[in-house]
Amino acid sequence: MTPRHRRRLVFVSLILLGVGAAAALTLNAFRGNMVFFYGPSQLATVEKAHERNLRLGGLVEQGSVKREDDGLTVHFMVTDNVKSVPVVYKGILPDLFREGQGVVAQGRLNNEGVFMADEVLAKHDENYMPPEVAEALKQAGGQTPQFSGTLMQGGLNK
Amino acid sequence: MWLWIHKFGSPKYFYNVSGKILPWVAGATALLIVIGLYLGLFASPADYQQRETVRIMYIHVPSAWNSMFIYLLMAASAAIGLIWNIKLADIVAAVSAPIGASFTFITLVTGSLWGKPMWGTWWEWDARLTSELILLFLYLGYIALQSAFEDRRLAARASAVLAIVGAVNVPIIYYSVQWWNTLHQPQSLGVGMSTIHPSMLWPLLIMALGFKLLYVVILLMRTRAEVLERERNNAWVQELAQALVGKSVIGSANEYR
Amino acid sequence: MNIAEFFHMDGYALYVWGAYGVTLVVLSLNVILARQQQRKALRAILRAAQRNRSLV
Repeated sequence: MTPRHRRRLVFVSLILLGVGAAAALTLNAFRGNMVFFYGPSQLATVEKAHERNLRLGGLVEQGSVKREDDGLTVHFMVTDNVKSVPVVYKGILPDLFREGQGVVAQGRLNNEGVFMADEVLAKHDENYMPPEVAEALKQAGGQTPQFSGTLMQGGLNK
Repeated sequence: MWLWIHKFGSPKYFYNVSGKILPWVAGATALLIVIGLYLGLFASPADYQQRETVRIMYIHVPSAWNSMFIYLLMAASAAIGLIWNIKLADIVAAVSAPIGASFTFITLVTGSLWGKPMWGTWWEWDARLTSELILLFLYLGYIALQSAFEDRRLAARASAVLAIVGAVNVPIIYYSVQWWNTLHQPQSLGVGMSTIHPSMLWPLLIMALGFKLLYVVILLMRTRAEVLERERNNAWVQELAQALVGKSVIGSANEYR
Repeated sequence: MNIAEFFHMDGYALYVWGAYGVTLVVLSLNVILARQQQRKALRAILRAAQRNRSLV
């Protein structure tokens, strides 16, 4: 390694170090702000929540979905299993919307504490499996699936 | 070690060795992708929630992995070129950029086509999606910077700095789903963990390997062409050309028209 | 599973085949362009070699 090369290596390392430090600091600063949505419990801590457009994320509470006669307006509760927030939405729901599923609703909190959504998105989990397996897991007690080390079992024959 | 780098970094050595392995890698790539497509489209089941749309995963996830992997390789290669002044490393970095940009583009488009029916939106500014879009801009910026300079050395140096600086975006993409609340779901695969059923994991892994090798194939093809163009005045390229002209199989340059 | 069902993709045909279509186009383009570049480079050095030969 010639001195010229060593100088360049030091130069590149310094760039990397500087950028890394800058990125770490920015990320740290952003950490609190880069929130795509608030959970029902978090929503209570948001300042001036009534004056802002924000997103509410959580699970659709079991048994809470009620449709109005117009067929478009839907009432449901979004829960994080600690707190629940009632949501009203008028429009087309994504295919994955159902009770027990994750959703992210965008809209405003009104003065009665009802979240008036103008957009509802579905948020799914990281699990992928055939319906039969999901059914079997559910009957076994509904624990979260872990397929590690099972690459050889189950195989490809559905 | 330095000897080895310089030997492998020699364009002539690279051209000869890569010419020998390229057909084999290309064959393996085609085989893997055909198997992967068969498993992904025919032999694997629909998902319990996402039904048939889960088949988009078999191209979306391998493309996403490639988009990050190629960026890291490009940045590392650019850094090697910058420090040790190895021409081959500069070439590898330069030709990787359009390939990486292609995979990033595929990731974004297939993700959008998956997000619309499942999430209910083509696009949202969540951390995962946004950081992947930034990756595409980094690739495009790198390509633009490369072509902005007449002088190849200068182009390689300037774009190398951009590539190295931009590398911080890769861990941000990777960990975005853990660090922030995102619409995108968390990691399904990790060291020793998987929440994907084996019947779906197999086609995914085979496609991922196929896409990795496809990158290697395109990279080798482009690097070989670039090497010939840049070294055309060197003795070894002229000897190669003379040998090719001498062969009756090729005969004249017209065959390559 | 019959052919019609396969192409129908449970109603998600547009999305699934759209995704596969875009991927096929972009990746094929990558391979084709790389091949073209390779041929162009070879052609250039072969032409130069022929010129040199006729000079001798």
